[in-house]
Amino acid sequence: MLEVHNLQCTRGDRRLFSGVGFRLSDGELLHLYGHNGSGKTTLLRTLCGLVAPTEGEVRWNGEPIRQQRDEYAAELLYLGHKNGLKDDLTGIENLLVACRMAGDSVKENQAWDVLERMGLRGHEDLPARVLSQGQQKRVALARLLLSNASLWILDEPFVGLDVAAVAFLEKVVADHVAGGGLVVLTTHQEVALTSGKVKKLRLGWKEDGHV
Amino acid sequence: MFEAFRTIVSRDLLLAMRRRSDVLTTLFFFVIVVSLFPLGIGPELDTLRLIAPGVFWVAALLASMLALEKLFFVDYQDGALEQMLLAPQPLSILVLGKVLAHWLVTGLPLVLLSPLLGLQYDLPGDTIITMMITLLVGTPALSLIGAIGAALTLGLRGGGVLVSLLVLPLYIPVLIFGAGAVEAEASGLGGAGHLSMLGAILLLSILAAPLATSAALRISAE
Repeated sequence: MLEVHNLQCTRGDRRLFSGVGFRLSDGELLHLYGHNGSGKTTLLRTLCGLVAPTEGEVRWNGEPIRQQRDEYAAELLYLGHKNGLKDDLTGIENLLVACRMAGDSVKENQAWDVLERMGLRGHEDLPARVLSQGQQKRVALARLLLSNASLWILDEPFVGLDVAAVAFLEKVVADHVAGGGLVVLTTHQEVALTSGKVKKLRLGWKEDGHV
Repeated sequence: MFEAFRTIVSRDLLLAMRRRSDVLTTLFFFVIVVSLFPLGIGPELDTLRLIAPGVFWVAALLASMLALEKLFFVDYQDGALEQMLLAPQPLSILVLGKVLAHWLVTGLPLVLLSPLLGLQYDLPGDTIITMMITLLVGTPALSLIGAIGAALTLGLRGGGVLVSLLVLPLYIPVLIFGAGAVEAEASGLGGAGHLSMLGAILLLSILAAPLATSAALRISAE
């Protein structure tokens, strides 16, 4: 269970958001939305523990994440704007390295299977730098299929994907939620979920009244 | 934990193999700097023998400096650093792995090449061996200490210059004891004392530098 209390973040003199609080239980999805620059990415990074909030705290299973960094990290999968792919490594190598660093023991044939399911058949062996943006995104997202993490934090996961890949990713996310997992994501499109509960949080309803 | 360490070492070695030019830059820099001195000073063998330890060590220092910039920068740019920060293993273990891989591709070649370069300075066999030992013990310490500076200046504009200002003063003890050991050995005093100090510096930096680097990375990545 992920709990957020009265979270506030400032960048320099600018207050990005304040008083953000929510509670996300197993089998729930949080859809975070708001205008550009409203602090969605910063909020996600704060949830991961990459950014320290100026006020408030993030709790995982009742304990602040700062006090259980390694345990929380084992439960967490974060995919940000940057894919974290190495240009000079192939799709397979990238996927294997990413999974092993996250503590998931993955066999090589599993990785091949997963990349094929992600629609990258025939491209598994190419260095990431020659793949298109969408293909790189698919390689990064392939980790979702191999991960044991229960909390997924995804920053704009649908950007750059074609229609088929969007549908596939929606299904993967829905399956994860149906299986009792937690998902926090930002996107500008509606997320179709077959089961589970979708919560919505809108950032950027600032005092000045602008959207 | 060991699995993650091994993964990051092998990943970085593989990346270095795929992009050899970065590795060779450091090595060529070292070779050229060391070779320029005999050309500039002339074939005075006594002078050359006298300045050799200092020249080798200063060149190793600068070469290590040159290689530092790349240590975390690419990871920072492509997002791999974020994933490192979020890995369930202690960050200092991953940092240690990265520094080890970095030293294997930028530090070890200098050590292996130094005997050949020593011939230019007419160094006798045992002095060359002492030189290799000091470089073998000293260059990992340089990489470890330099990693702190590289992590602190990550993502800053003009970080390269700042790294030099931050790190070079910290390199001074390594330089003194490294070059000192070779000189002491060459003059017949025995370099064991200097070498022990160098070893102590290495042990201390293995213990402390990864922790300091991890803390710096967490701040820089925010």
